Amino acid sequence: MSSPDPAGIRFAQIDKRYGGLFALRGVSLDVAEGEALALAGRNGSGKTTLLRIAARLVRPSAGTVRFTWNGDVDCANPRVGFVAHATMVYDELTAEENLLLFARLQGIEAPEKLVKNLLREVGLGERGGSLVRTFSRGMRQRVAIARALLQRPQILLLDEPGTGLDPEGVAWLAETLRALRDDGCTLLMSLHGESEIAALATRAVRLDAGAVVADTRDGADIRSVMAFAGS
Amino acid sequence: MSLLSNTTALLGKELRTEFRSRELLMTTVIFILIVMVLFSFTFDPSSAESRRFGAGLLWLAFLFAASLMLQPCFLREQTNDTLSALRLSVSDPFAILLAKLAANTLFLLVTELLMLPVFSILYNVPVAKIFGQLLLVFFLGSFGVSIAGTALSAISAQARMRELLLPLLLLPLLTPILVVSTEVTAGLLDAEPFVRWKGVGFLATFDVVFLTALWLFGEYLLEE
Repeated sequence: MSSPDPAGIRFAQIDKRYGGLFALRGVSLDVAEGEALALAGRNGSGKTTLLRIAARLVRPSAGTVRFTWNGDVDCANPRVGFVAHATMVYDELTAEENLLLFARLQGIEAPEKLVKNLLREVGLGERGGSLVRTFSRGMRQRVAIARALLQRPQILLLDEPGTGLDPEGVAWLAETLRALRDDGCTLLMSLHGESEIAALATRAVRLDAGAVVADTRDGADIRSVMAFAGS
Repeated sequence: MSLLSNTTALLGKELRTEFRSRELLMTTVIFILIVMVLFSFTFDPSSAESRRFGAGLLWLAFLFAASLMLQPCFLREQTNDTLSALRLSVSDPFAILLAKLAANTLFLLVTELLMLPVFSILYNVPVAKIFGQLLLVFFLGSFGVSIAGTALSAISAQARMRELLLPLLLLPLLTPILVVSTEVTAGLLDAEPFVRWKGVGFLATFDVVFLTALWLFGEYLLEE
């Protein structure tokens, strides 16, 4: 599952308003190619909004988002995977049908073998033919992760990816993300507090009230940035 | 090409989930059946009265049933935020709307065709000889209802009071379709059946205009 062309993200002066409420204020952030950046912050600090803007699901009220590729800005269409807080898969389809559907939508040719391999990799090889609605939250999260990995993402966005996973599942996810990071995939992940997944971060940024208030690149200690997130 | 392949894949998903749960089809068929039976028992119309008022009854029942059927169209996508997953995956967001539109038209048409023999028996109006023409009117009418309904379902799914909003927006907007479809169907149910081609032309024009508008502005309907 190597990702040979790492891409980065440049957020420049991003504002996002919902009516009179600012979800993000003037956020400027460079996520370097191959970096594993952890976003920390309390609930409502703007982490999810920033991730959804990076995924191009939400249009910023002001500012720009650009992608970089081999140092060039404006890499038009990098492969972006997104593991959101919701599972983003259909309960009325089987795990295999879900992955086949999204693979076909992404233009992956003859995806059957890829889907079978992915299901095996996320530990659902035996349950691929079961409806997702019969799965536990942790199993659904595994399907969600498999969906995000379908197109070998250059950038993987993760919004509290450990949600619903048991300790064994978190350890498995940390291992999977470590392999992706080591292959050059850029990780941008929203996390709550310290965990095995947070330990993968090569950089951490803390958001508060929609603004960046601490960045390890500017000398803040990574453990203190992450530890603060849960408090 | 990707629009076509994406639409086909999504239509397959819509059909598979519906035929697995049968929620929409069952609800709509039962609703139309209840309306037809109640009207038949309440007014006990003669064959001549049925020929005159039956078309209006049919299309009113279809329209109310459509507002029931179209409600969950985008609400279903909110449960697990699957709409975001679709938007991330497709190259042209119009494919999402096109697949929903095709599925809604198909479901509505199947419901109408299932109800046609029931209408014929309950109201003593023979329809076998005009089946082809009726099918054309049902298709054009249902397609128009589905285009407007799919667009409004996408809008109302993101709003407060969403259960009320869709019928409130949909029914006034579809008044022209209701009036014209009823007129054309009434002509076909007449003792001497005839086709009001002007009405058929109006329905086709309505469909083309609204489909073009959906194609032009559909992307904005899917944004958060």
